[in-house]
Amino acid sequence: MSTTQDTIEALAQREYKYGFVTDIEQEFAPPGLNEDIIRFISAKKGEPDWLLEWRLKAYRHWTELYEAKGEPQWAFLPYGYGPIDYQAISYYAAPKQRPESMDEVDPELLRTYEKLGIPLEEQKWLAGVAVDAVFDSVSVATTFKKELEKHGVIFCSFSEAVRSHPELVRKYLGSVVPHTDNFFAALNSAVFSDGSFVYVPKGVRCPMELSTYFRINAAQTGQFERTLIVADEGAYVSYMEGCTAPMRDENQLHAAVVELVALDDATIKYSTIQNWYPGDEKGEGGIYNFVTKRGKCQGHNSRISWTQVETGSAITWKYPSCILQGDNSMGEFYSVALTNLRQQADTGTKMIHIGKNTKSTIVTKGISAGQGHNSYRGMVKILKGAENARNFTQCDSLLIGDRCGAHTFPYIEVKNKTARMEHEASTSKIGEDQMFYCQQRGIGLEDAISLIVAGFCKEVFRELPMEFAVEAQKLLSVSLEGSVG
Amino acid sequence: MLEIKNLHASVEGKEILKGVNLKVGAGEVHSIMGPNGSGKSTLASVLAGRDGYEVTAGQVLYKGKDLLEMEPEERACEGVFMAFQYPVEIPGVGSVQFLTAALNAIRKHRGKEEYDALEALTLFREKLKILHMSDDLLGRSVNEGFSGGEKKKNEIFQMAVLEPSLAVLDETDSGLDIDALKVVADGVNALRGPKRAMLVITHYQRLLNYIVPDYVHVLVDGRIVKTGDKELALHLEEHGYTWAGERALADAAGSKA
Repeated sequence: MSTTQDTIEALAQREYKYGFVTDIEQEFAPPGLNEDIIRFISAKKGEPDWLLEWRLKAYRHWTELYEAKGEPQWAFLPYGYGPIDYQAISYYAAPKQRPESMDEVDPELLRTYEKLGIPLEEQKWLAGVAVDAVFDSVSVATTFKKELEKHGVIFCSFSEAVRSHPELVRKYLGSVVPHTDNFFAALNSAVFSDGSFVYVPKGVRCPMELSTYFRINAAQTGQFERTLIVADEGAYVSYMEGCTAPMRDENQLHAAVVELVALDDATIKYSTIQNWYPGDEKGEGGIYNFVTKRGKCQGHNSRISWTQVETGSAITWKYPSCILQGDNSMGEFYSVALTNLRQQADTGTKMIHIGKNTKSTIVTKGISAGQGHNSYRGMVKILKGAENARNFTQCDSLLIGDRCGAHTFPYIEVKNKTARMEHEASTSKIGEDQMFYCQQRGIGLEDAISLIVAGFCKEVFRELPMEFAVEAQKLLSVSLEGSVG
Repeated sequence: MLEIKNLHASVEGKEILKGVNLKVGAGEVHSIMGPNGSGKSTLASVLAGRDGYEVTAGQVLYKGKDLLEMEPEERACEGVFMAFQYPVEIPGVGSVQFLTAALNAIRKHRGKEEYDALEALTLFREKLKILHMSDDLLGRSVNEGFSGGEKKKNEIFQMAVLEPSLAVLDETDSGLDIDALKVVADGVNALRGPKRAMLVITHYQRLLNYIVPDYVHVLVDGRIVKTGDKELALHLEEHGYTWAGERALADAAGSKA
């Protein structure tokens, strides 16, 4: 059977296919973090004073946290990491040429996105998906803007939203994730450079999928984007994000904040495929992904649904959460997290039930391969006034090989006796028997693993928009290559 | 079709097969019988290429090619099918998806065009009809929550779809009630053909009332000690395996003398 072993090893050597670097002229902020840098970023973007003040307030708070105890230490990251030298990072990197329209976008950038499978020319897209492309610190292009405007939907880069719709930004920025929320949210609030902004007006069902594609390119930089999505009364929007980065020996920091606000009867579906560079099998390089994502079901009958497929990053620290404030509101979290190589993921969700008859569903699938460690950390909190709250949680872990780990940290806090909670958990291994069964039917090793893993993740994949589901399944197969043996 | 020459194989360092010789021609059905621990399932596993079975000597030729050099999936693509004694469950993987993947892997290997979902489904329904099996298994995950009988029927169904040249049935009758046994046997009989060879491994003669083999071989302690026609199976039923073993010893002693 030594040939099987060889194939596996050959596959393991295969490279992360998004690891290329785009050679393009960029301008950078000098490395370092201080009030001048923040003023520099704010000035670069021509921001109003209130926003600069908000950033500075966040920065001062972050400095206090940094000096008091530094980064939060409670995540389960057995290999450790860092230290992160916040003064060595450049907080702003942007292509020099600033296009006014799509025709002026640097062809090198267009080629980059093309290579990533994200053509920015509208005619090349499947009808029905609008894209905002964020390259390092800035948004380089947004497609289908005019089409969306017809329906009153605002979809643009965060910087543009600050200029064109300051009243909306000012009203909602920090309303779900305040700058004091946590260490990384404070850092993001101080230095965020760009991201996407979405506003869907009353009663409008957004006519196409919205999507943002994040790309880290430059070395020694971090990416700190901020996304804000507001669905007004009765509105519906489905939003997807994807991310990749070049392969580098250094670790790069990604600290994003996403805020969602759903008013009465509104629905937001938010899907992520996270494929930042994971580092190599020795644990060198890779993105440190410290992200705060939270949605507020502010109105009654509102609904927020998070679906995530996390395959990249050296470290993933991420808990997309829902505050179920409106009566009858509903929060959902569907997650597939895969750790291969020496990746570490501590990810899960928080469901905070405040309103009456609120419902939450959590379905997570953790896949550990190689020497990866995968933790589910989730909190379900039923507050006193949340009559008849319901939660269903299901956490499943799949282990491939015997050098990886799966861990679960569920926290449940119930302050109302009418609550109904269900929690199911399972851990299983891909058996040699299952593999052999597939092979005996003619299915090769790689395809067999994909098939078995896809079966394991089925409940989550069916929550993804169609285009994404196919992509997610492919990505999972690629990320698992070389994981058996 | 299949030629096994002086095959020795060990599991975890313990020699199980101690020189098996066997020739199976196209269109023939051979039955391998033997007591528990005689090496029947080991033989099946070695033919299919399961990990953990070390071939220490001998050769297996399949259609003139060295079978032992091939990966398990390659063997399958070349037309070797094994009906498992204990088919595994693969949760969440739909039977249709699984079998389509298998079918297309094999078709691709043979340079044939792959089937689309509809073509595959049509084929599956056709085969189920021939086998008089219900198509409700198509809507379920592979073997998940199947009864023992359903699992074995599913193996026969997969065999019908994949149309192997050499089918190895590893104790397909174990754990079946008489009705399930008949369905399985009818399925196997329906798949008999001039181009297909079958190796039916069984502990009991019962199955051979329904699948009538051309040859019966008795495997005892890692060697084939006796070969005959279907009458041999009946004789075994009456006298037990010890008889065959002793006869073989006596024969061996006789030939030495």
